[in-house]
Amino acid sequence: MAQTIDREVLTRLLRESAGVEEGVDLDGEEVLDTPFVEIGYDSLALLQVTGRIRREYGIDLPDDAVSDAETFRSLLEMIQSAPVVAS
Amino acid sequence: MSASAPVVTGLGIAAPTGLGVEEHWQATLAGRPAIGQLTRFDASKYPSRLAGEVTGFDAEARIPSRLLPQTDRSTQFALVAAEEALGDAAVNPQELPEYGMGVITSASGGGVEFGQRELGLLWSKGKEYVSAYQSFAWFYAANTGQISIRHGLRGPSGVVVTDQAGGLDAIGHARRQIRKGTELVVSGGVDGALCPWGWMGQLATGLLSRSEDPAQGFLPFSAAANGYVPGEGGAIIVVEDADAARARGVEREYGRILGYAATFDPRPSSQDAENDPLAGGGGLLRAARQAIADAGLAPADIGVVFADAAGTPRLDRAEALAISALFGPNGVPVTAPKTMTGRLIGGGASLDVATALLSLRDHVIPPTINVPEPAPGLAIDLVTEARETDARTALVLARGYSGFNAALVVGA
Repeated sequence: MAQTIDREVLTRLLRESAGVEEGVDLDGEEVLDTPFVEIGYDSLALLQVTGRIRREYGIDLPDDAVSDAETFRSLLEMIQSAPVVAS
Repeated sequence: MSASAPVVTGLGIAAPTGLGVEEHWQATLAGRPAIGQLTRFDASKYPSRLAGEVTGFDAEARIPSRLLPQTDRSTQFALVAAEEALGDAAVNPQELPEYGMGVITSASGGGVEFGQRELGLLWSKGKEYVSAYQSFAWFYAANTGQISIRHGLRGPSGVVVTDQAGGLDAIGHARRQIRKGTELVVSGGVDGALCPWGWMGQLATGLLSRSEDPAQGFLPFSAAANGYVPGEGGAIIVVEDADAARARGVEREYGRILGYAATFDPRPSSQDAENDPLAGGGGLLRAARQAIADAGLAPADIGVVFADAAGTPRLDRAEALAISALFGPNGVPVTAPKTMTGRLIGGGASLDVATALLSLRDHVIPPTINVPEPAPGLAIDLVTEARETDARTALVLARGYSGFNAALVVGA
């Protein structure tokens, strides 16, 4: 049974994989739709977190996910609709 | 653009002797040893187990959390030292020309500890476990890059990889860029390779001490010299065009970069290496001579020499010969405060430059520790206790493995 990733889990994974920019409140509402690049997450940060998601949750995101997911909300939606790889 | 020598306006230090300029300087003046048993990894199976480690570093407190996952420990030290140096120089990057500030640092293996960990994950668990940040965290230019990005320094930048000579070569390159029109360069070097992979590289040179006693592991110029002890850390040095520094209101300079030279030893045939008292055909002597000439000075104008201090008898003898050839037997005070820290690879010579500038500022030469007197036949005036001086210039010497020689003259 696949574990699901909700907002809280993704926030924690981001924080653990790539840290948090000073002055950014990852739990705040405005974070959901602010472009990642404006809250300090570059493509490598997203690669880092999507790699972790693949390893720990078996959720396989398409390679374009890193560039297509511009905001927290869109990444979360992408994760929640992605297939689970057989482990 | 000034025709006169560039000035040093800020220093930042992360070293076994201290985190911060004054902590390092006070410990250095007191002759406090910072070499001990390696604790960073289990070195029990290696023949060399001593190191100069930076202690008391709280990464979480000093490094922004975004940078923690993407930086090797040595890069974290570099960031902290750069922050101190820029603060010390009262540089606000937003107020200066965006492309007028560069970063040129010295490195050797890059983020070795980080890289080893990721390689370990690759081979033990698979590529999915390798950090995305491995793409640059291991790289020689990581320190330059992270300093540049964090502080918005977008001018000409680079990294110099010349082993232990790099700490001077980076400053030489910084001076070159300043002469070409870049007004400020963050330079120096901070390094470290206290992990098995880094350890193997240094063990393979055959130049590491195998002593078990921290007080006996690094005795440059001593009759008991038996190799060197590695350490981590270094110094970041803010170098500026003299006119530009004045124009932005800098009131306190540590000193000026008066002269610089680098040479490279020819490949020795085994016979040459055996018989050559200058161990490399006089490359270090030439570098020293050229740096002093570059400064428009004569040897008699140099007040103190901060030695490369290899800790290997043949290399110590060669350096002592070079120094006495230039200054006459016992002709100038010579010191090696790196006896307190070990040799810091890409960071070592920069730390020597910072220490030399502090020495000139406070009119005192820091001691060489654990070496009561030089070996017979080494005609150098080795400073073994902190000594007052009225020196106005210092010569810093550095040699890198496989033939790099560098010399820098600073004045205050």
